[in-house]
Amino acid sequence: MQLDELYRRVIMDHYKNPRNRGTMDEDSVTVNLNNPTCGDRIQLQLRVEDGVVKQAKYTGEGCSISMSSASMMTDAIRGKTLDEALGLAEKFSALMQGQPVEFEEYEDLEALSGVSKFPARIKCATLAWNALRKGIEAGRQG
Amino acid sequence: MNPLELRKQFPILDQQVNGHPLVYLDNAASSQKPRSVIDAIVRYYEHDNANVHRGVHTLASRATDAYEGARAKVAKFLNAASEREIVFTRGTTTALNIVARSWARAALREGDEIVLTPMEHHANLIPWQQAAKATGAVLRYIPMQPDGTIRLSDVEATLTDRTKIVSVTHVSNVLGVVNPVKEIAALAHKRGAVMVVDGAQSAPHMKVDVRDLDCDFYAFSGHKMCGPTGIGVLYGKRELLEQMEPVEYGGEMIEHVDYYDATWKEAPWRFEGGTPIIAGAVGLAAAIDFLTEIGMDNIDRHSEALARYAYDRLSEIEGVTLYGPREGRVCLVTFNLDDVHPHDVATVLDTEGVAIRAGHHCCQPLMRKLEVTATARASFYLYNTEEDVERLAAALIKAKEFFGHAIG
Repeated sequence: MQLDELYRRVIMDHYKNPRNRGTMDEDSVTVNLNNPTCGDRIQLQLRVEDGVVKQAKYTGEGCSISMSSASMMTDAIRGKTLDEALGLAEKFSALMQGQPVEFEEYEDLEALSGVSKFPARIKCATLAWNALRKGIEAGRQG
Repeated sequence: MNPLELRKQFPILDQQVNGHPLVYLDNAASSQKPRSVIDAIVRYYEHDNANVHRGVHTLASRATDAYEGARAKVAKFLNAASEREIVFTRGTTTALNIVARSWARAALREGDEIVLTPMEHHANLIPWQQAAKATGAVLRYIPMQPDGTIRLSDVEATLTDRTKIVSVTHVSNVLGVVNPVKEIAALAHKRGAVMVVDGAQSAPHMKVDVRDLDCDFYAFSGHKMCGPTGIGVLYGKRELLEQMEPVEYGGEMIEHVDYYDATWKEAPWRFEGGTPIIAGAVGLAAAIDFLTEIGMDNIDRHSEALARYAYDRLSEIEGVTLYGPREGRVCLVTFNLDDVHPHDVATVLDTEGVAIRAGHHCCQPLMRKLEVTATARASFYLYNTEEDVERLAAALIKAKEFFGHAIG
């Protein structure tokens, strides 16, 4: 097991320079999600217009994997329809199961492929994506 | 005692993890098992296994003798007045739940007070929250000093004539502090309250004498003290246990049953509905033999010395914050590395073969009090050495350098 396989440069860049970190006042769907096993938490806000994610913002506390994953996710889904965003979430699940997945739309995500070799850390990487699924569900109901 | 010699009796410790000899420092979560405990469980299943208390055949007698013999051994280990004060449970959590569901719900009235400390494990917190909600009782907390210690004057000031239960952890699984439970018990009794002690982290590390502590209930788990998982103990003073209703109904715990009503066995058996954890009790008895042979006082001294050594060694590393006091600590150190999340620390340490815990340690309210979301924790046992602490320190320095470069 090599540390470099897990902590790729792209991941550390998102951890150090998070994209879309913060909150927004505009009309949005807000989701709070915790990882009860470790205490990581995320608040995700989605602004959706005509079925398209116009903006995604997050705040939270967690490890480099969970926070970089949130940074990438919020970047990757901007401009996507809700179905496209869910499609990305599916692809991300496949990536975490060690399947070879390419993200033509947002290549940074592929840097998280190493997480699949660290089973204890998969739940860190998927926290933001679970918040996304919950947010889309809540948005569709509300 | 010689930790290096003792280590040889633990088959699991003789392995490489990620290319390094394993250094196991997650003992507060679960300890490893010596050969004698593993053998006792195997021997039980290969020679004596049957159900207890019911059969007239030879194996049933042997299984019953083994199970009740384990109870007598636990009673002696805790210096209980009688083996009838020893209830076998699934672990500390179940033991505390029995007190909170059976004794507490019958005894508590609206406005009565349950007194805890801010450092309780969720297992000694949530059962009381639920008991309070069910009865209208209220929870009150003894203030904690910034270094994680409890002052008796604060205990005294928190207790009132409405205090019915005081439940305190003997040793904090996060701070490593040893709480003065004997003195707290005396103060609780002055107010007419019962004293419950969460012994999950003390039973493995120190001589516990329940009559000297004069606690009313004491709970611990087998798996943190060289025994198997799935077995734990609730000690309760006999007059209290005899007043309590069972919390689980079924076979084994009854005296007389007809179609519309039933009566219960005496304590402790009324709390052991269903086929009990027989092999677990056998394993726990073997663990007690193992620990007693080494001597609990020796283990206590080793635990304290190693915790202090680790505290001092980690203090030397720039960027490490330690939680809890230097003095009066046993068995563990809890810490954080500046700018690196404890999960990331634990992952780097694991690649170096060093197993530690990262997270909230089932103490979410305490984490908020310490103003952290999570911490790293290294916890020691009788087979750990100063050399293990050096491996921990070296791995921590590596983690610091790695993340220093990665996010620097």
